[in-house]
Amino acid sequence: MRTLKFLLQKEFRQIFRDPAILRIIFIMPMMQLLLLPMAADYEMKDIKLTVVDQDHSSYSQQLISKITASGYFKLIDYSASYSRAMEDVEQDRSDLILTIPPKFEKDLVKEDESTVFMSINAINGVKANLGGAYLGQIIQDYNREVRLKWIQFPRFNPEPQIDITFSNWFNQRMNYKYFMVPGILVILITMVGSFLATLNIVKEKEIGTIEQINVTPIKRHHFILGKLIPFWILGLAILTIGLTIARVIYGIIPTGHFYVIYVFAAIYLFSILGLGLLISNYTSNQQQAMLISFFLMMIFILLSGLYTSIDSMPGWAQVITRFNPVTYFIEVMRMVVLKGSGLRDIAGQIFTVLGFGIVLNACAILSYHKRA
Amino acid sequence: MKQFISFVKKEFYHIIRDKRTLFILLVMPIVQIIIFGFALTNEVKNSAIAVLDQSKDAASAELSQEIDESNYFTIQKSLNNASEIEPEFKKGKIKMVVVFPQNFGSDLKHFNKAQIQLIADASDPNVANTMVSYASRIIMDYQNRVNQELKLPYTIKTEYRMLYNPQLKGAYSFVPGVMSMVLMLICTMMTAITIVKEKELGTMEVMLVSPVQPLKIVIAKAVPYLMLSIINICTILLLSVFVLDVPINGSLVLLILESILFILTSLALGLLISSATDSQQTAMFISLTGMFLPTIMLSGFMFPIENMPLPLQIISNAVPAKWFYIIVKSVMIKGVGFASVWKETLILTGMMLFLLFLSIKKFKIRLA
Repeated sequence: MRTLKFLLQKEFRQIFRDPAILRIIFIMPMMQLLLLPMAADYEMKDIKLTVVDQDHSSYSQQLISKITASGYFKLIDYSASYSRAMEDVEQDRSDLILTIPPKFEKDLVKEDESTVFMSINAINGVKANLGGAYLGQIIQDYNREVRLKWIQFPRFNPEPQIDITFSNWFNQRMNYKYFMVPGILVILITMVGSFLATLNIVKEKEIGTIEQINVTPIKRHHFILGKLIPFWILGLAILTIGLTIARVIYGIIPTGHFYVIYVFAAIYLFSILGLGLLISNYTSNQQQAMLISFFLMMIFILLSGLYTSIDSMPGWAQVITRFNPVTYFIEVMRMVVLKGSGLRDIAGQIFTVLGFGIVLNACAILSYHKRA
Repeated sequence: MKQFISFVKKEFYHIIRDKRTLFILLVMPIVQIIIFGFALTNEVKNSAIAVLDQSKDAASAELSQEIDESNYFTIQKSLNNASEIEPEFKKGKIKMVVVFPQNFGSDLKHFNKAQIQLIADASDPNVANTMVSYASRIIMDYQNRVNQELKLPYTIKTEYRMLYNPQLKGAYSFVPGVMSMVLMLICTMMTAITIVKEKELGTMEVMLVSPVQPLKIVIAKAVPYLMLSIINICTILLLSVFVLDVPINGSLVLLILESILFILTSLALGLLISSATDSQQTAMFISLTGMFLPTIMLSGFMFPIENMPLPLQIISNAVPAKWFYIIVKSVMIKGVGFASVWKETLILTGMMLFLLFLSIKKFKIRLA
């Protein structure tokens, strides 16, 4: 116990004597937490639209003003010809071209039918799909208005019409920040925790100070614990600051209890730090250690369900996500913050991550040899 | 010149002898392409939904079947009661419930008006949004088909054309993104760290007292990473053409030249970080948390920039990856020539020169 106390003293001194790294540990994640959630929004608004109106009739004008009034589209340009409009798309000034052909109004009134053309920049497939669907809907609404003007049906609708109403549960205002902020906080804790732990032992190896520790009577588990505890405390400190920011800036108050988050975070940090220590035992210099842990982190983060939902991943990727501690923490954060789940609801996640932690830390202790 | 070449050789030995690092540097882009190509999609595919059919007639059955048959949804459960919805959502498997009210079919037939309610689990707003709009589209299509049989007067038809990517594949937007991410990472982070490492280990001092100009030492450090990055570009392009079927529509030469410009910008950034820091940990943290996340989030490849609040849109202009992403998208996928990307090229060149100037100015020959 005394040995451990001295080791901890040493580690804390080392951390606090390097103000540069300390500043970075705290300020960088906070800055990101302040900036990035605002960026992470898939919601469609202001889709850039170019109109090629070859008809110049009152109907085409009505249609265009109906589209711009919807709020989804921002009219960038009226083009004289399709090829001019195409230039807009090539230069990225516009995402969608709506072509209203000549005789649009005349055909509609006389021939009972006329066609408008949409060309959508589909490099981003999802965006194109949604943009097309919105515009289609607006045109259909307009169509209905036109029809109502011409045909006076006495009692019922002139055409069969299905009204679609929808409601969104758990997050009525569709506030994306509720979803994103907890996730980003998890990523930041993970990055800070795992990188610091990874680099720490390796640094001692690279500089050669590990030799001094190896010749002392410090036990293996003392050494590992001495490295683990300081970063564990740092991780929880960052979590606290992060939750405060979420509360003050984004007004996110978890529906569930704070202690649930802390209990899980404590277990989670234990296992993620274990992974870091394990990597650092198997590498010989900081560059290598960092790259390996970065490589793993990248896979963990991308496959964690933070940015894209796990359900739409193929089977093999879903299997990987089950071995990914980050997935569980993000799941738990969202469950607690949005749905108010308690300790019992997240028992499965707790035991899984605890299992990861025990295995990883046992490996870390076993793979640390006091020989060079 | 001979001195310079032997310095470059030394750096190559550093990299080649560290097999683990080399392995990761070369495998990283492959893994990223595979993950992005096959695992990550914003699309909703075969999402589990439930149906609460209170009318149980021909129309509701037909429409349910239509929803089930689409690629987007699989009906996993049919509920009998509105009170069953919430427990289903809490279990987490079912993401949306389609509710047909009583007399759906007869309302549609006799009154020409009927209602459908879509209830989505919006704890992930993006998925909820996408699912609701896909479902609405299926319902609209169904309705249009019914209407067409009726031959209604005054019909406006719409015809769609999806430009550049008719099959709406996700790969078209992320291949350029992965390119900028990998290049940024390898060039900025690795260069910054190798230089700081020499400082930390004290070997920088040895080199600085040699008769080689300090600037040459630094440039020699960057050369191997430049080459590694070019290899990576080739891997990414080969994979995207042959595995993901993303074509290179524009000029390959232009694409590679632009990539080299971006590599140089990232290298300059790496040099700047290295001259401003003294420890590998600090260098790594700056290049990682300072560069990596912003590159992912502010380059426009994960999240559309035009949706962001104005301050972030302004900040995003300072991210080199944003400009490179636009260039790659234009040249590789839209197939346009230099005339369309000269502005972005100019901005990147300006950034590179500025960063290079700063880092040379800040480069210290003397050690503290």
